[in-house]
Amino acid sequence: MAAKRKQDSDNRAISRRDLLKMAGIGGAGLLLGGAGVGALFKSNQDSSTSASASPTNSSYHGELPFYGEHQAGIITPAQDFVVFASFDLTTSSIDEVRKLFKDWTAAASVITQGGMLGEDNENLNVPPSDTGEAAGLQPSKTTLTFGVGPSFFDERFGLADRKPAELQDLPSFNGDALRKEWVGGDIGVQACANDMQVAFRAIRNLTRIARGKAALRWIQEGFQRTSGADPSGGTARNLMGFKDGTGNPDVTDAAKMNEVVWTQAGDGPQWMAGGSYMVVRRIRIRIEVWDRSTLGEQEATFGRYRASGAPLGSEQEFDPIDLEKKDDKGKPVIPMDAHIRVAKENGVQILRRSYSYSSGLDTRTGQLDAGLLFVAFNRSVAKQFIPMQRMLAASDRLNEYIEHNGSALFACFPGVKEGGWIGDTLL
Amino acid sequence: MKARLMFASLVLAMSVVFTGCSSDSKETETAAKPADTAQTASDSSDLNAKLKDVLEQYRQFSIEQSDQFIVETEKFVAAVKSGDLEQAKALYAPTRMYYERIEPIAEALGNFDPDIDARDGDVEAADWRGFHRIEKSLWEDKQTAGMEAFADRLLSDVKSLRALMETVEVDTAMLTTGAVELLNEVSSTKVTGEEERYSHTDMYDFVANVEGAKKIYELLKPELASQDAALDQSIGEKFTALEALLAKYKSGDGYVLFTELKEDNTRELSQALDALAEPLSQMGKALGV
Repeated sequence: MAAKRKQDSDNRAISRRDLLKMAGIGGAGLLLGGAGVGALFKSNQDSSTSASASPTNSSYHGELPFYGEHQAGIITPAQDFVVFASFDLTTSSIDEVRKLFKDWTAAASVITQGGMLGEDNENLNVPPSDTGEAAGLQPSKTTLTFGVGPSFFDERFGLADRKPAELQDLPSFNGDALRKEWVGGDIGVQACANDMQVAFRAIRNLTRIARGKAALRWIQEGFQRTSGADPSGGTARNLMGFKDGTGNPDVTDAAKMNEVVWTQAGDGPQWMAGGSYMVVRRIRIRIEVWDRSTLGEQEATFGRYRASGAPLGSEQEFDPIDLEKKDDKGKPVIPMDAHIRVAKENGVQILRRSYSYSSGLDTRTGQLDAGLLFVAFNRSVAKQFIPMQRMLAASDRLNEYIEHNGSALFACFPGVKEGGWIGDTLL
Repeated sequence: MKARLMFASLVLAMSVVFTGCSSDSKETETAAKPADTAQTASDSSDLNAKLKDVLEQYRQFSIEQSDQFIVETEKFVAAVKSGDLEQAKALYAPTRMYYERIEPIAEALGNFDPDIDARDGDVEAADWRGFHRIEKSLWEDKQTAGMEAFADRLLSDVKSLRALMETVEVDTAMLTTGAVELLNEVSSTKVTGEEERYSHTDMYDFVANVEGAKKIYELLKPELASQDAALDQSIGEKFTALEALLAKYKSGDGYVLFTELKEDNTRELSQALDALAEPLSQMGKALGV
């Protein structure tokens, strides 16, 4: 494999490392991916040591454009940190909702450039217009991605006739243990950055701007291993210790993105053309239980070796997954309920962009509340995520070790053109 | 430009180190500015002169509240000292409302707040007195015995507060920050039920703090409306929304106990409060404080 990769030393704009991060650590409970990472990474392996390569060639802490055909933060290689925020509208006026999105647009364009919000940051007699914790900090590749949930279209604003048919609360899947404090929301905002403080500042200021119009419903921070900790750019490991998240489609393949990620003009309401459906699931890992299961059981659960990441029965991480292979007793080497088998047989593609989370203790049990903030984008949630998750929920061995306790679905708008504002195709 | 310079020199005169207050500051992003109000950084003494009547009305309001506070505290103290537990408990929360409406002024007058309003743990145990000391006895120990000296001291503290009220100089900045401070009081301790941990009468304090802030807003409203009509309208609407929520918790002449509120209720109240406090905190800017 290494030799093969060396041959393909074309100058791809996205580094192998970015793609690996793009693939994310996602997959606890969801598609770990059968395609094999190798096929995705055509760039010279040497370039993978560079953490600075990106679609815009900006540095690790540089700037990504806010305006564009599509929203940033979707096919953008996953930054190190996320702060996801779900808001409920508290106003009953559609004009106020429009104003909120206009104010958020203006703020987002400043935040993503690393600027200070407002003009009153020096007047001693008024509260500063920017909360200040990101003063002097780099943009850190901040992206802000906005979407609206099913409840946005209820009777309050008279938008029911504009609601996409598939924008419904996600159905309940086998084993769901949803807690109301992590479910739903009128508006979802995903803030990603290569710096946690920068990402937090973004959500904090958007929340402040929203006061009186919208209020936080729930919020979840997430992380993955940083570039500093992993200069080699290998596949990220999830909190279960496994290399994870390899089946993502190639984000540089525009045709593929149109097929898998971007909602097309004929798919539903015109306002969603160029947008994408964002699924957010808070998936707790039963850490204590996992930690006392044997390595053999852990590997059988994923269908991969923990150390190398290779599929069971193979040598290398990127070897193709052989579902037919039998051991000397005639049993499948990759168990029938192994995560990678269920995922591969599933066949549906989505774009995963997940993060790990750690939220202290579950005060009821004293156990760790840690797991996966699963974030995925798909062109049609009805045709992609929902059937995929039905199958995984029904037969994935991983379900023994995880619990879906949060869930939300948002229709992310198409990109904002300069002079326009978030949601202007709908509102 | 002149206004800018005047403002800058005023700040310098206050011996405050201050950087980058030039009109050509490069960080003048205009995004997400809540309202397009031009800032008239006028000299605050001009503003105070302009609002002289308003300031005097507020001073009168504070004095009236403190006068009534004495009257009600006398009744409360009498009940405690006569050993009438039920009467003392009934008078406790309504009496405190007179104080809660003007709390920022009281705090500006020196050490009265801890003497009158400290909660257990706010001060050294040996120094703890005031309403909450008596509250603990009435509700937790279910008795008035032993509270006589605290009751006398409370009344004398309340009277001293009233005497000092005469001397207070009210300026516009005190009003604009005071209104926000009243809401911050709610946000910090009342909406969490920490203020009245024995009696659970937090809703009385909540309402009184909001009434105190509303009084300030109403006095400043004519000037505010002429400077920034949109902000004035926003504040007015948010007050109405919060008052409507608070009305749901009325019970007889008073309010329900905090323990009757569910988490959804306190969250709704807290968010309505934040929705009001944010535009209210822009009032000073709009007035040119």
